[in-house]
Amino acid sequence: MTTETIIVREPPGHKGKISRDEAVAWTLPELKGLRKVLGPEWYRLLKGLVTNPLSVAGLIIVAFYILMAIFAPVLAPPTSEVVDPYLVPRDGFSPEPKPPGTVWNREPPPVPTWYRVITGKDYWVHLLGTTSGQFDIWYGVVWGARTALFAGIVVTFSTVIIGLVIGSISAFYGGWLDDVLMRFTEIFMAFPFLLAALLLSSLLVPRFGRSIWPPTIALIAFGWMRYARVVRGDILSAKERDYVMAGRVLGVKDGRLIMRHILPNVIYPILVLASFRLGDAVLSFAALSFLGVGTQIGYADWGQIISFARDWILSLDTHWYIILFPGLALIIFGLGWNLIGDALRDILDPRLRTEQG
Amino acid sequence: MTAYIIRRLIQLPITLFGVTLLLFLMIQLLEPVERTALYVRDIPHTEGALDAIIRRYGLDEPFHVQYWRWLVGRVDPETGEKVGGILRGDFGFSRTGRQPVIDLILYRLPASVELALWSVVPIIAVGIWLGIVAAKNHNNIIDQAARVFALIGWSFPTFVFALLVLMIFYAKLGWFPPGRLSDWAQRIVLSPEFHQYTKMHTIDALLNLRLDIFWDALRHLILPIMTLCYIQWAMLLRLTRSSMLEALNQDYMTTARAKGLSEKVAINRHALPNALIPVVTVGGLTVVGLISGVVITETIFNIPGMGRAAAEAAQNLDVLTAVAFTMFSAVLLIVANLIIDILYAVLDPRVRLQ
Repeated sequence: MTTETIIVREPPGHKGKISRDEAVAWTLPELKGLRKVLGPEWYRLLKGLVTNPLSVAGLIIVAFYILMAIFAPVLAPPTSEVVDPYLVPRDGFSPEPKPPGTVWNREPPPVPTWYRVITGKDYWVHLLGTTSGQFDIWYGVVWGARTALFAGIVVTFSTVIIGLVIGSISAFYGGWLDDVLMRFTEIFMAFPFLLAALLLSSLLVPRFGRSIWPPTIALIAFGWMRYARVVRGDILSAKERDYVMAGRVLGVKDGRLIMRHILPNVIYPILVLASFRLGDAVLSFAALSFLGVGTQIGYADWGQIISFARDWILSLDTHWYIILFPGLALIIFGLGWNLIGDALRDILDPRLRTEQG
Repeated sequence: MTAYIIRRLIQLPITLFGVTLLLFLMIQLLEPVERTALYVRDIPHTEGALDAIIRRYGLDEPFHVQYWRWLVGRVDPETGEKVGGILRGDFGFSRTGRQPVIDLILYRLPASVELALWSVVPIIAVGIWLGIVAAKNHNNIIDQAARVFALIGWSFPTFVFALLVLMIFYAKLGWFPPGRLSDWAQRIVLSPEFHQYTKMHTIDALLNLRLDIFWDALRHLILPIMTLCYIQWAMLLRLTRSSMLEALNQDYMTTARAKGLSEKVAINRHALPNALIPVVTVGGLTVVGLISGVVITETIFNIPGMGRAAAEAAQNLDVLTAVAFTMFSAVLLIVANLIIDILYAVLDPRVRLQ
């Protein structure tokens, strides 16, 4: 991706085609203060995001999950203060799942005000039913939002950092270091992602116990390569530009040249990739949990709840709620990030901008 | 051209060496005590037994010594026989499969290959076709529908999709059951008069001229194929679409139209061949998608293939089996990528010149 096309923001009324999004953006009142704070680049990005209906939908979805994660203790209060709130409370141990609306008999959690107002009941029912072993699905879905956001953000942030470091060192120094690092990247890419993550995650279980960490670390270990490659490619083209040459002539130190002059210009493609990958990371995390190498049994995590459905393949038509609710939570979560990523790509890719009629 | 292929072939051993090294490093995450379970099936509960095993198998020796032994095998001090060594094809004994890992792979392979073979044609053909249709209808309602379809497909985890289709088409409607064969068909397949040439039931059934068994096997395959296809279509659609759009905007398309070619001829003869070149690279991604897809679909649809064996092994910390399956699929992927790269160079002369 070339960077100049983004930086030059043509004034309203310029000759040539304007995409619909830009036209909308210009007719809106300019928020001068905001633009000053963010700078023209980030301002344009933000404006693009809030003027495109698809990305607005994505933002609303993500905001919804963040709120759900923040207010988890209110939406699904833990049964007592001594147990880990991330462990889903159980209503007995019977293997037969119970449908939504079944009354919560054994040690129900305290009844919050919102629940009393909406349902008019003084006692908890299993809003979304229970799995086999009587884990409450509503609790799992609500607290699962915290697990998903945590895993998604940690994995994405770590992989972006690793990719940036390896990609920029590789591109900036070139030569044998570039060769070695790219071979290194290729070796990681030679593995099919899910299988490699599955193996690593299972090998990490004796070290960390069944918890959120083995799948998270496994996803980081096999998730950084795309970033490294994109960063390397972009830096290689940025390196040839005059402003970097000028910096070199002036004797700017390497580290500063990378940090101040090159990286800011390659950060946008990474941003697009990262927003796609955040949803992806959570889906992969759920898949690992589903396959039984993730969090411990009963941990509030969507993939984990869905895995309970594996015992009920023959009667899924009566026990549909085990897959439907956590499944929807997962799909909509992924969709939200994908919508944002899609919109970001449209905003940041200059070729697509001129194409749109 | 030859130079390019040779260059790629030289890289092959380096990558393979890296793959084995990385796998071995991952195994080293386990403590020596935990690694004894990889070599000895029943550890005696006497004092010092663990230490004896650690010493006997050299599990506390320097990394490079252990790695070398893992590659080429070692001489058992008691029996004097040479054992182990992945280069000799000895991956050890599979705890979950209750047989040597290499036998387990051969035993589980046909079911996975059958599933992959049935899936790959619809994945590629329909995926590319959808992309072309979307590109031809750029920005109108069909394109938007394709876009929504792709976005949902991307957000749809394989295992949720698999469970949903199972819920609808099996639990609710009873059309397509999980597993590989119905009981009656299983009995015929295992009977002496039915020859299992390939162990792939659909093909064997045709070779034995048993159409009833062919239909039964196919009926069991429909849902897994559907699952594998849906997830991959989303990706193929997006890639073909953008590649096709780029081709449609090239100067040679203007030329083709200017010289009076019909739109159909211009697209099919000029844009399409060029648009499909980048799509070739997707082949690698399709292989990856099939491998990971197979792990999940086989687990859910109860198909005794490689993917399910790998998932079971990982779940039960049967490291030897899990490592062998991971390595097997990595080699498969490396070879697939090599073929694709060479194909790409044949199709696009610009690649060779770099």
